[in-house]
Amino acid sequence: MEHVDRIIEALRVQKRTVPQYFEYDEVPLNEMEWLRYACIPIRDQQVVKEDSKFTASMAKALAFARDECVFRLGFLATPISRGEDGFPVLPFAQKSEKLKNNLEGCSAVVLFAATVGSGMDRMIRRFEKSDPQMGLLLQGLGAERVESLCDLFNAEVDAAAQSLGHNTCHRFSPGYGDLPIEVQKEFLPLLDAERRLGILLSDSYLMAPSKSVTAIIGIR
Amino acid sequence: MNILDYMKDHFLFLDGGMGTLLQEAGLQPGELPERWNVSHPEEIIRIQKSYYDAGSNVVLSNTFGANGLKFGDEELETLVTAAVKNAREAAARSTGTQEKFVALDIGPLGKLLKPYGDYEFEDAVTMYSKTVKFGVAAGVDLVFIETMNDSYDTKAALLAVKENTDLPVFVSNAYGSDGKLMTGASPAAMVAMLEGMHADAIGANCSLGPDQLVGVVEEYLEYASVPVLLKPNAGLPRAENGKTVYDVFPPEFSESVGKLLEKGVRIAGGCCGTTPDYIRAVVEKSKSITPVPVTEKDLSLVSSYTHAVKFGESPILIGERINPTGKKRFQQALRENDIDYILGEALKQQDAGVQLLDVNVGLPEIDEPAFLLRAVKELQAVTDLPLQLDTTDPVAMEAGLRAYNGKAMVNSVNGKEEVMNMIFPLVAKYGGFVVALTLDEGGIPDTAEERVAIAEKIIKKAAEYGISKKDLIFDPLAMTISADTTAALATMQAVHSIRHDLKVNTSLGISNVSFGLPSRNIITSTFFALCLQDGLSAAIMNPYSQEMMNVYHAFRALHNMDENCMDYITYAQNLPAPTAAPAAGAATSAEKPSSPEGSGEGPSSELQKAIVRGLKEKTGSLTKAMLAEKKPLEIIQSEVIPALNIVGADFEKKKVYLPQLLMAAEAAKSAFEEVKIAMAASDDGNGGSSRCPFVIATVHGDIHDIGKNIVKLILENYGFAVSDLGKDVPEQEVVDEVIRLHAPIVGLSALMTTTVPAMEETIKLLREQAPWAKVCVGGAVLTQEYADAIGADKYCRDAMETVRYAEEIDQALKEGKE
Repeated sequence: MEHVDRIIEALRVQKRTVPQYFEYDEVPLNEMEWLRYACIPIRDQQVVKEDSKFTASMAKALAFARDECVFRLGFLATPISRGEDGFPVLPFAQKSEKLKNNLEGCSAVVLFAATVGSGMDRMIRRFEKSDPQMGLLLQGLGAERVESLCDLFNAEVDAAAQSLGHNTCHRFSPGYGDLPIEVQKEFLPLLDAERRLGILLSDSYLMAPSKSVTAIIGIR
Repeated sequence: MNILDYMKDHFLFLDGGMGTLLQEAGLQPGELPERWNVSHPEEIIRIQKSYYDAGSNVVLSNTFGANGLKFGDEELETLVTAAVKNAREAAARSTGTQEKFVALDIGPLGKLLKPYGDYEFEDAVTMYSKTVKFGVAAGVDLVFIETMNDSYDTKAALLAVKENTDLPVFVSNAYGSDGKLMTGASPAAMVAMLEGMHADAIGANCSLGPDQLVGVVEEYLEYASVPVLLKPNAGLPRAENGKTVYDVFPPEFSESVGKLLEKGVRIAGGCCGTTPDYIRAVVEKSKSITPVPVTEKDLSLVSSYTHAVKFGESPILIGERINPTGKKRFQQALRENDIDYILGEALKQQDAGVQLLDVNVGLPEIDEPAFLLRAVKELQAVTDLPLQLDTTDPVAMEAGLRAYNGKAMVNSVNGKEEVMNMIFPLVAKYGGFVVALTLDEGGIPDTAEERVAIAEKIIKKAAEYGISKKDLIFDPLAMTISADTTAALATMQAVHSIRHDLKVNTSLGISNVSFGLPSRNIITSTFFALCLQDGLSAAIMNPYSQEMMNVYHAFRALHNMDENCMDYITYAQNLPAPTAAPAAGAATSAEKPSSPEGSGEGPSSELQKAIVRGLKEKTGSLTKAMLAEKKPLEIIQSEVIPALNIVGADFEKKKVYLPQLLMAAEAAKSAFEEVKIAMAASDDGNGGSSRCPFVIATVHGDIHDIGKNIVKLILENYGFAVSDLGKDVPEQEVVDEVIRLHAPIVGLSALMTTTVPAMEETIKLLREQAPWAKVCVGGAVLTQEYADAIGADKYCRDAMETVRYAEEIDQALKEGKE
């Protein structure tokens, strides 16, 4: 419960908090999402899993993920207001209709960045050349790992919000809808993501490690 | 006093955190602290003076983020000069009586280097050089590189320092809670690389508190022969009432740091969250501790960007397969710039169990420096095995060593003055573990004594360049016993003397010994066992030879190098079951295709079945057998392509999915490999490409390439001569390649909306300079509308659609010719 308590504390402050960092030892696996990210539609997953060669590859991929993944996350909480133009005033500049709708009725937001580290990128590169099927499984697994990490944190934010009598909105990321990916340039420094989480931004606004996510969770 | 002299008998104390103190002094979020050197010099001097007053010997200039990416040259020079002046002023004003030094602080550029990110290694060197030059001109006592979380970036910064000044340089890395750098390097790997490049002190800072860094520090102390430094955070940060607070306070901090000083750390300070009070407490604590002498660890290490490999204990296997000598297929790959073939050899050898890879890409007709540079970069993107750079061309050697992310093995020098004078300076600059052949101007001596004498001469010469014998490994040269039956005895004696009398490591290219004899494996593997017994530390060998691997595993088990024989047991369990070798002809006749090719729905031959099911090994062996009676191209046309069509059609009908398609493609690739080998052996020209060239690239600014790689693989399967330019490819580079090959078709991939403009620009340039080329586009963000808007000829949803389109164009071309 320590995480939830710390999020509650951050939400109680009623002003923008400094970034804080969580590290998780383990994140539960969502196998369906994993295979979906590996381009296998949900309806066909059962069939694929009947192939023992394929399940052996899955086990191998999981073993790599266990060795290579870290689960790091940084977040801050901040109250939000509405500007004269009706857009929410956030610590980074944007004029996104979709985000505005998403944050309808919210008094605060939690901003966070999460990563599973560069180990998965390394394994993906290794296998893309020698064993493309394994490469694809690892791509999917990396995506699943970081999304599941976000889900875990999101559940903690939900619990914190609930205990304060609030609800949360669906999390929203730069690059969704009309929220341009370019906001990453302002977003990541807010969390000191380079130094604390090892997340860097390329000139074309891609994050490295590639299995990283930034997002906003509205509290209403 | 020179700082290095001072350090010999004293602990050296660094300063503590700067950021928090600047914020307390009024630095606003988003404001660049480096600008305060000019706008608020008094504040900077005040904080730095408080560190000197607390007992710091070294204060870092306020230049952590002062680099050419954030500031123009003129402002950068002004800020760095002012920063150094401020630190000097703080030292002058301080009442502290200790020795005081000013360090030029260098932090990371904040760019992730290729292959992880999009920034060039050499650009990073250039950027760091700017800051170094300005700082050195302003008059610092040393350079302090810190908070580096990537080994390649660290190398770029250290190289920039070494190329611009002779001042002492300290290097400090930021480790995660897993005890590794963000990009995977262990402390031992960093020690190997940084000592090789002559850093004067090395260690860890930031990210964690002193207690969490104990493991990292202990590893440094175990491996390092230079002073170890530690500059930890005040524990972990936490938010309290809107302020960051750290959970370790000066008494516990100095207690923890004190324990590490007792273990051997010689240089200590603090990072985020620490203040002058922390430094004062550490200085106080140290008064009751006697500095532990820094000792020479005498370890022979090479490293990759993740780990170090130690020579002199368990024998080291160096894979010999990346070498064109006597391998037609490999020569063909080199001529065709087929880097994937080389990467494939690397990964296969890694799977076979080698610890290092020898890399030789020398052929008379290729540009060896350029190719070796490319090979090093590409290899270290896919494998974490350390590399042994194998070339006689010093230009190629320098290109490779410079770009190598770690401490490489250098193959080789010998007793010739000219060669030593060319190679040793490179090793002194970039670091390296050097293979030295015991031959000289007089050739290869017959006796062991004479070879040992040459070894002694080489040790002396290396010392003149500051290269100690721990960084040498002698190859006393294995010669064939078919010419001289005393040859092996001389080699084994030399191995024994060099290892036990000179106490230096030894390595051999084992297989020469049996040249000219039948059943070479018997002689070679026995010789290997005998040499190991005489103390051989490493062998350049063929890891696909089961006999060699048998010897290696048995030797380790017999010499108590394999706890509970676990490695041996695992190895033995995975050995292929012994089979009676079937005659090649028998295998084919049994599996002869029984129905007309590819006319029906399902696969019509064993080979086709193997491909459809994605059975890589079986496909390879069936193809090999079939080559005895069919022409290579006939096999492609009548077996491989029909099988791929079956899988491709099933994929389009959504009867199979991408993973199966990829497996089939991989299986087909092994058929192509066999065909290529057969064609290379018969010197039959074009290596099997029966269709037109196809240039493929992920556009400029975009580093996603899995989709592109899949398309490439499938296209190759269908016989297209694919030239893959990789990812993040500048627009003109695509155009140049299309012109060079006169390629009728180009495939461009983009995943991000932000990189579609680069795609549009590439198409525009293609229209101007290569109007004959058709352009198809694909990638997650693309749609038919998008493709139309940017002027592409075709939008391809997936790999199969790309193949169909490419086939159309190829067909049209062929008809045009007829």
